[in-house]
Amino acid sequence: MADARAQTRTPVDLAPVTWWFMVRTMVGARIRAQAGFRSSFAADLASQLLLAATEFVEIYVLLHNAPVFGGMNLAQATVVYGLACVAFGVADMLFGQLDSMHSFIREGRLETLLVRPTSLLLQLVTADVQLRRLGRAAFGLAAYLFALSICGVEWTPDKIALAALAPVGGILIFGALFLASGSLHFWVLDGQQAGNAFVYGGRYVSSVPAGALMTPVRVFFTFVVPATLVAFVPSAVLVDAPLPEFTTAGMAWLGIPVGLALWAVVLLVWRAGIRRYTGAGG
Amino acid sequence: MSTTIIDAEELTREFVVYDGGGLRRTRRVVRAVDGLTLRVEPGEAVGYIGANGSGKSTTIKMVSGILTPTSGSVRTCGLRPVPDRRVLARRIGVVFGQRSALWWDLPLEESFPILAAMHRMPRAVWLRRFDVLADELDLSSFLARPVRTLSLGQRMRGEVAAALLHSPALAVLDEPTIGLDMISKENLRRFLARERAERGTTLLLTTHDMGDVQRLCDRMVVIDGGRVAFDGTEADLVATTDAERILVVDLEEPLTDVVRLPDGASVTATEADGARLSIAFRPRQLSAAQVLAAVQAQGEVVELSLAEPAIEDLVRRIYASGASHTASPPPL
Repeated sequence: MADARAQTRTPVDLAPVTWWFMVRTMVGARIRAQAGFRSSFAADLASQLLLAATEFVEIYVLLHNAPVFGGMNLAQATVVYGLACVAFGVADMLFGQLDSMHSFIREGRLETLLVRPTSLLLQLVTADVQLRRLGRAAFGLAAYLFALSICGVEWTPDKIALAALAPVGGILIFGALFLASGSLHFWVLDGQQAGNAFVYGGRYVSSVPAGALMTPVRVFFTFVVPATLVAFVPSAVLVDAPLPEFTTAGMAWLGIPVGLALWAVVLLVWRAGIRRYTGAGG
Repeated sequence: MSTTIIDAEELTREFVVYDGGGLRRTRRVVRAVDGLTLRVEPGEAVGYIGANGSGKSTTIKMVSGILTPTSGSVRTCGLRPVPDRRVLARRIGVVFGQRSALWWDLPLEESFPILAAMHRMPRAVWLRRFDVLADELDLSSFLARPVRTLSLGQRMRGEVAAALLHSPALAVLDEPTIGLDMISKENLRRFLARERAERGTTLLLTTHDMGDVQRLCDRMVVIDGGRVAFDGTEADLVATTDAERILVVDLEEPLTDVVRLPDGASVTATEADGARLSIAFRPRQLSAAQVLAAVQAQGEVVELSLAEPAIEDLVRRIYASGASHTASPPPL
């Protein structure tokens, strides 16, 4: 009897552990921990939602008084805001943990992660997956879809594809910004503020109609930190709003390729950072 | 399969330190570890002793792949620690006494499936090992409590279990008993001794607590200024430093005369009106039997005890002498 049970159990229990199973185990524990504090989780989620909504009021007030801002009306600007919000919310949930790199380094906790056989990046991003950050993403998604529906978009297969892919590109771009900001800590121990300037500056720029920005600022946040590619350019193409100079309709599709290219570069920087941390002085 | 567990050759690590601030800051190179050569064979238990800033932690970081040596070489379990860091991580278990490797806000028991998954241990394998660890380290009463609510002793038992879950060949323990009460210390030492005896786990232990070393380690390495100042057994340490041993004798009646002792022995204290004598002697010159015989020639001894020099004193002597002592060549 016991033998029979052992036989049926053994194949499962001795199965090799896949990467995917490992990630699920690492993330699952975090999520169960948050579910354990149901009321505080609900409050966190609600506060994230409220925060995102408050930021939106800024755009609302602006456009209420000036009907066209950066070449967009209120509904069109809401598309931009919603899209940026979804992208940032999801990226923040996945990679926002890299914000706390400085405390990992300062408290020496990085060393406890380095003596494990799992990649440092994976350990860091799964160390504290915050589901409450979905509050912002949920608000953004609702705003994005609602605003698109009232903008009178003439849906073509192209536009449907763009509307679906744009958030993916945005998540990639913001994720890369989080990682870049985290990498900075390997060189500058108090690099938190500098890192935040890019991440949160990028978030702000991405959420407003960039047509209203001064050209040099806009060029910087398009070609250096590609924040306008997250939401403004794809939104403008989706809702047929005018594009400012140096920006073309084709650039609406650049979110994913630029995001991937950024990841490739930033991962190299990250690796260099780890090498510096473990490195031979200097 | 007897790869040398730690093979360090002329291992050196420098740090750049900046003094002062602003424009006047000056660059200074500090050698934390300076030409350290150390071989540890499988199954050994080495107490790695040194004052703060002597280079202990830096050595451990180089051995476990967290720091690249400035010069010299080190192999751990036959691997190059930094380039092969993640492979090496499966063969070593590291406990940093001051830093937790557990998930702070999760119940203690939740840390183990995560670690097991990271080490890609099949369920049946890690569960069996976990049961043994939980039993021997007596974790069951607090497994369900979040790590942040555990006492230091409980947490440390959890840390040790976490570091040894994957049955590493080498356990590196940085100050494992710091801050623990006597009972917790003793239980942890007993567990580590058994782990070594049963699994052949090599232990490298840094500690300020000589009790750890005496209970667990058959080899002591004293590091001073980034160099090996002593490498040998406790007996070697006593012989090398030639510290005084103390023989305390109770006599049936106090001696009327001044006690005559062989050269190299002297009375350091007299109690109970001369019925109890404390006699200090140097182990290189005299044995305890010779001293005892001299006393017995003059009076009836009813009780005796022999006090060994405190190991702390011996290490202090090593430090004070400043010279390097290597009692015996490292075992091959």
